[in-house]
Amino acid sequence: MNPLAAQQLIDFAYLIAVVLFILALKWLSSPASARHGVLAGEIGAALAVVATLCNYEIIEYKWIVVALVVGAIVGIPLGMVHMTAVPQRTALSHAFGALAAAMIGIAEYYVRLPHVTKFDMVEISLEVIIGSLTFTGSLIAAGKLQEILPQRPITYKGQNFVSLSVLAAAVLVALWLIVHPEYSRLFPVMVGISLVFGVLLVTPIGGADMPTVISLLNSYAGLSAALLGFVLNNKVLVVAGALDGSSGFILSVIMCKAMNRSFTNVMFGAFGQVQVSAGAEKEERTVRSASAEEAAAILGAANTVVIVPGYGMAVAQAQHKVRELYDALSKRGVDVKFGIHPVAGRMPGHMNVLLAEADIPYDKLMDMDTINPEFPQTDVALVIGANDVTNPAARTDQGSPIYGMPILDVDKARTVMVIKRSMSPGFAGIDNPLYYLDKTLMLFGDAKAFVGDIVRELAGGGHA
Amino acid sequence: MTSTFLDNLYVFVLAGFIGFEVIRRVSPLLHTPLMSLTNALDAIVVVAAILITGRHESTLSTVLGAVAIAAAFSNMVGGFLITDRMLRMFKLSRTKKP
Repeated sequence: MNPLAAQQLIDFAYLIAVVLFILALKWLSSPASARHGVLAGEIGAALAVVATLCNYEIIEYKWIVVALVVGAIVGIPLGMVHMTAVPQRTALSHAFGALAAAMIGIAEYYVRLPHVTKFDMVEISLEVIIGSLTFTGSLIAAGKLQEILPQRPITYKGQNFVSLSVLAAAVLVALWLIVHPEYSRLFPVMVGISLVFGVLLVTPIGGADMPTVISLLNSYAGLSAALLGFVLNNKVLVVAGALDGSSGFILSVIMCKAMNRSFTNVMFGAFGQVQVSAGAEKEERTVRSASAEEAAAILGAANTVVIVPGYGMAVAQAQHKVRELYDALSKRGVDVKFGIHPVAGRMPGHMNVLLAEADIPYDKLMDMDTINPEFPQTDVALVIGANDVTNPAARTDQGSPIYGMPILDVDKARTVMVIKRSMSPGFAGIDNPLYYLDKTLMLFGDAKAFVGDIVRELAGGGHA
Repeated sequence: MTSTFLDNLYVFVLAGFIGFEVIRRVSPLLHTPLMSLTNALDAIVVVAAILITGRHESTLSTVLGAVAIAAAFSNMVGGFLITDRMLRMFKLSRTKKP
C-alpha cells in the first residue's frame, strides 16, 4: 500500500475512534447502559493505538513495546485500587495525562528546533505550560488526598502575589520564546517555572475543596491534550481533549455551585482560615442524645427514612454496616433512601460509588434536588458523617460563612438523628444549629460501631 | 499553517459543544466513573507518543516519547479497568433482594 493511502486508512480509524468516544460518554447517561460506554471507549482506543502502530513513519518498535509494557504494569494496579482511594488515583492519573502531554510537547519542540515558527511556538508553549503545571498541581492534590501532605490549607502572607508573579514569569519567558523560538536555552526555564507554579497553585487549597480542584485539574489535563492535538495537527487528540476538558469544566461548575463559591474564591480564597472568628458568641445550648436501643426503636417504627452520608462515613469504613441497616429496615417494610449532596466525598460522585460498592441499589441514591422536597414527609433523617451539608444556617443565617450554600434539608424531617464522634465542629469549623433542635437526637460514637449496634438492636428486638 | 489551525479550531469548538451536551446528561450518580472514563479517553495522547518514539529522531525525543507512552498507557489501562469495576457495582434494587 502506498504511504498516502495508508495514512488515509489511519485517519479513518481515528474518525471511528472519535465516534466511539462520543458514544461512550453518551451511554454514561444512565447506569443501565454505562458499561457499553466503557466497551465503546475501549474499542475506540484500541483501534486508534493499532492504527498508529501501523504508521510507516515508525522505524523503531523496541522502545514503544517496552514503554507499553511498563505502562500496563503501572496501570493495572492503579485500576485495582480500593474505592476509598479513587480520588487520589484520579488525581494521579490527571498528573500522568498531563505529564504525557507535556513530554510530547517538549520532544516536538526539540525535534523541530531549527525550524520552529512563531505560530508553532505559541501553541507549543501554551501546551507545555498547562501540561507542566497540571502535572505538579495534580501530584500535590494526590498527595493531599492520600494524606501524605497536610489537608489543611497551607497559606502565608502575600501568597497570591508570589503565585501570580511566578505565573507571570512563565508567560514572559514564553513570550520571549515566541519572539525568538531558537533560544532553546529558555525552554527548560519555562518548563521549570510552570512546574513550580503548579505546586504553588494547589498547595494553599484545603481538603474540603478537593472535589472542585480535582475537576479543575481534569479540565486542564483535557485542555493540554487538545492543545497537543493543535501542535501535531491530530484531530483525535483535539476531540478527546475537548471532551475531557468540557467534562472537567462542567464538574467544576457543579462543585462550585454546590458550595456556593466562585472559581477565584476556590483557587485564591484559602477556605478554612477565616472561619475561626465566625460564631464567636457561644451560649450554652443543650443537645439531646440517644442510645442505639432508642435509635433502633425509632427507626424500626418509621415508615420513611432518609440516610444522609458524608465522607465521615467512608473514613469510618461504615458503608457496609449502613448496608446491613438498610437491609434490616427494608425487611421491616421501612422505605429507606439515601440523600446525597454533590460535594459529599472527596470527588464528584464519590459517595455514590462507595454506597454502590456496599451493594446499595442505585435507585435508592437520590441527588439533592430530588430528595429535598421529600424531607417534610420523612419520619427520620439519619445523618452519618456529614456536617456542613446539613447545616440550616446556610439557609437562614446571613452571617454564616456557608450562607447561600445549597444544603440537604434534613431539619424538615420529623425526627433527625446525627451520628457523630463528639460535639466538635466539622472540617470548616462552623457550628451547626441542627444539633440543638428539639427534634434532633445526637448519637455519639464511631459511625461503624454505632450503626452496627443499631442493626443488632433491630435484629434482637423480637419484632418480626 | 493558519488553515490547519482553523480546521483544528473548528473541530475543537464542535467537540466542546458535543461534550457539553452529552456530559450535561450524565447522571450525578456516575460523576466519578465519568471522570475516570474521560481520563482513559484522554490517554489517547499515547498515539502521539508512539509516533514520536517510533520516528526515533533523537535520543531526547525517543526518551521523552517513551516516558509519555508509559504515562498515557497506564492511564488508558487503569482508567478503563477502574471505570468498569465501578460501573459493575451499580445495581437496581429488584436484581438484589435480601
